[in-house]
Amino acid sequence: MFSSKMYKAPFLATFISISISITAFSGQVSAQDVDDFPTSNVQYIIPFGPGGESDISARLQQQYFEEITDQQLIVQYMAGGGGAVGWSQLNEMEADGYAIMGTNLPHIILKPMGKDPGFKTKDLKNFYYFHYSPDALIVNNDSPYKTLEEFIAAAKKSPGAITLSGSGTQSANDIANRKLEMLADIKTTYIPFKGTGAAVAALLGNQVQAEWGYTTVASNHRDKARMLAVASKERHPQFPDVPTFKELGYEMFGGAYRGMAVPEGTPENIVKKLSNIFGQINQNAEFREKMLELGFVLIDVPYEEMEEFMAERQKEYEKIAEKMNINK
Amino acid sequence: MEIFYFMLAAFSPFNLFLAVLGVAAGIFIGALPGLSATMAVAVLVPVTFGMPTEAALIMLGAIYTGAIYGGSYAAILVNTPGTPSAIATTFDGYPMARRGDGDLAITLSTLSSVVGGLVGVLALLTLAPLLAQIALKFGPVEYFWLAIFGLTLISALSQGSTLKGFIGAGIGLLLSTVGVAVIGADIRYTFGSQFLLGGVEIISALIGLYCIPVLIDLVATPSAHLQPPNEGRGIRFRESLGLIWRSKFNSLRSAVIGTIIAILPGAGGSIASLVSYSEARRTSSRKEYFGQGEPDGVIATESANNATVGGGFIPTFVLGIPGTPPDAVILGALLVQGFRTGPEMFTTHANVTYTFIGGLFIATLVMLPLGLLIGRYAFKSIVAIPKALLVPSIAFMTVIGTYAIRNNPFDVVVMVVLGVIGWVLARYDIKPSPIVLGLILGPIAEQGFVQGYLMGNASGSVLMVFFGRPISLAIIILVVISALFPLWRMRSSRRAKPSQKREVQHEH
Repeated sequence: MFSSKMYKAPFLATFISISISITAFSGQVSAQDVDDFPTSNVQYIIPFGPGGESDISARLQQQYFEEITDQQLIVQYMAGGGGAVGWSQLNEMEADGYAIMGTNLPHIILKPMGKDPGFKTKDLKNFYYFHYSPDALIVNNDSPYKTLEEFIAAAKKSPGAITLSGSGTQSANDIANRKLEMLADIKTTYIPFKGTGAAVAALLGNQVQAEWGYTTVASNHRDKARMLAVASKERHPQFPDVPTFKELGYEMFGGAYRGMAVPEGTPENIVKKLSNIFGQINQNAEFREKMLELGFVLIDVPYEEMEEFMAERQKEYEKIAEKMNINK
Repeated sequence: MEIFYFMLAAFSPFNLFLAVLGVAAGIFIGALPGLSATMAVAVLVPVTFGMPTEAALIMLGAIYTGAIYGGSYAAILVNTPGTPSAIATTFDGYPMARRGDGDLAITLSTLSSVVGGLVGVLALLTLAPLLAQIALKFGPVEYFWLAIFGLTLISALSQGSTLKGFIGAGIGLLLSTVGVAVIGADIRYTFGSQFLLGGVEIISALIGLYCIPVLIDLVATPSAHLQPPNEGRGIRFRESLGLIWRSKFNSLRSAVIGTIIAILPGAGGSIASLVSYSEARRTSSRKEYFGQGEPDGVIATESANNATVGGGFIPTFVLGIPGTPPDAVILGALLVQGFRTGPEMFTTHANVTYTFIGGLFIATLVMLPLGLLIGRYAFKSIVAIPKALLVPSIAFMTVIGTYAIRNNPFDVVVMVVLGVIGWVLARYDIKPSPIVLGLILGPIAEQGFVQGYLMGNASGSVLMVFFGRPISLAIIILVVISALFPLWRMRSSRRAKPSQKREVQHEH
């Protein structure tokens, strides 16, 4: 359990100091009850503004967290710098398990590759990754492109003439576009917008010919837009008619992954407890149904498997980052 | 008929109770600088999970409406916009309060907010699907020109010192580039500090630039903060009604402008109230009184910003694209509750949608008695509180409010620094409004420009993209008119000056 000896000293020290501070100030919690954790509300910090996908999925977890623990999960926002403001402050927060923060891929890997954003990928102690929204190539319902093949053929015919909207530079959308460009050997014009909402508005208003979004975006706008392909391993149950990129011959998997991290130095058994709680939420049938309905794909990466999961992603993004000239 | 029935459902005692509660809470939150409508709505979202959807929406809508209206209190009484939508309300609201007409300004703001709110909700009820198309017609280039138009308004608004207006706007534009760029992801002007990565937060800048100079002046000068009102005037309701009636066109025009601008997801309440303010001034026969406590100024901005509430819901419900930041939060709450926006909102979920619209109507109407009541006490207490108590309380609020926006202590530092800079600049006649507007409009202009440029490169002609689209051309014409306006005014005032002087001498 306590695998490394090195960890023990700081762990004990923090734990003692925490129990002192907690007993001194609130008088509710004693040192022994790791099993009872949490005994008060847990602050869940989203490093983005309210209303986005990170917020919506956190709000869904919120209800079931209370069912399991009898404590509230309080969602707070710490927006700025595309998440960097929050992540650069995570490790300064109280490491007692009562402060957790949402983390996102590819953000936490790509950002530190460029100029220093105030945090390093390995500084973030992720304890659970619970879902991802698969990349999707979306067009208007009345678009001339009926299939991915038609889209790619058009892009080949006039390189750079097809415009695609997406959220942000060096974001999941930007990467998806770059990946497809590489796999299909095409050239397009990617136009970054501030947030998914603005990118969708540009598509629906025919300002651009296609949009890089997610299954969630298509799910929200299914009356006006359709997907040409999704970057998940299997077809999404909400969209049984939309092929995956893989089926069409392009090895494209990915999207925006979301999970949670704790400040460095949070006691190991509390991190595991948190991982268990969020794993339990992920198994709740009602929660699963709601998430699927919104277009998310659930994944289960508990604390024990986090290192391997992150290493894989790191390798994958590094490959693309090299092509994108992010790491200067 | 069915629609009418659904709307009536909003009038249940429980829903009415929620509307009153929501509006009252919203007014308080909006009045405190830093506590914004977005935050108010976000904090309440979890509370609404346990409620029926209609009730939840009514509560959220009521809070939102109340907060936008409440923003005028701080603007009028402390010269600090409680929300960015209330920036232009400071122009005439605060001078009115200073000379003892704070009661009149607040009552006027209440009445205009109700008028504006009703117009916005009416548009949402009757024209939503049609108006939503406007949101889609606006592409990056249109936003670019709209932002340029906003910047030219600064020159028209900064009386007597166009140049200083532009200097202020320039400072604001520079401040807006700090942090991680949306396009290109470059990190700019952070001087290696991770704290500046998030850029200068607009509301912290608002609080710093407007509120801190007021606090410094309060401490530095012996005179009272606001002139006390004359005794026995009450809330001056009749007088206000008369003024609103006289300015019914102004009020309606501003509400329509507010509604339309709110439909554009990239614009927002600050631009809406700014455009209607300058329109009100342009068409007024009392131009020269604007900025010195002209009631029409307050009427214009407050009609416009409350119209953005209903207007912003139009793209939110019809397209699933939030019109304003609070709409984004409400949209999220809808998704969590299992609702999908789009045409379904007006067919399958018509009961929820129309009950919500009914709820917004109620909330807007409730604002009248509630606003008059709360406003009266707000004004009286700000006048009555001794300076020694007023200054520290406001100072405390500015710190808490700034911190609360992003839970970021560094925003407080930025707020105070900007406040001191703002105070110094005000000595040289560089006012906070151009700076804040530069800060708000800068990113819109920048992103619109780069996106338009990329689109132009893809299509082969950058010029056609920027100058070949009908809506763009219309806005460009507005830009030209608005840019030439100060020149024209300078010439006409030069011509008018001799006669004016004579009149002044006459009076002496």
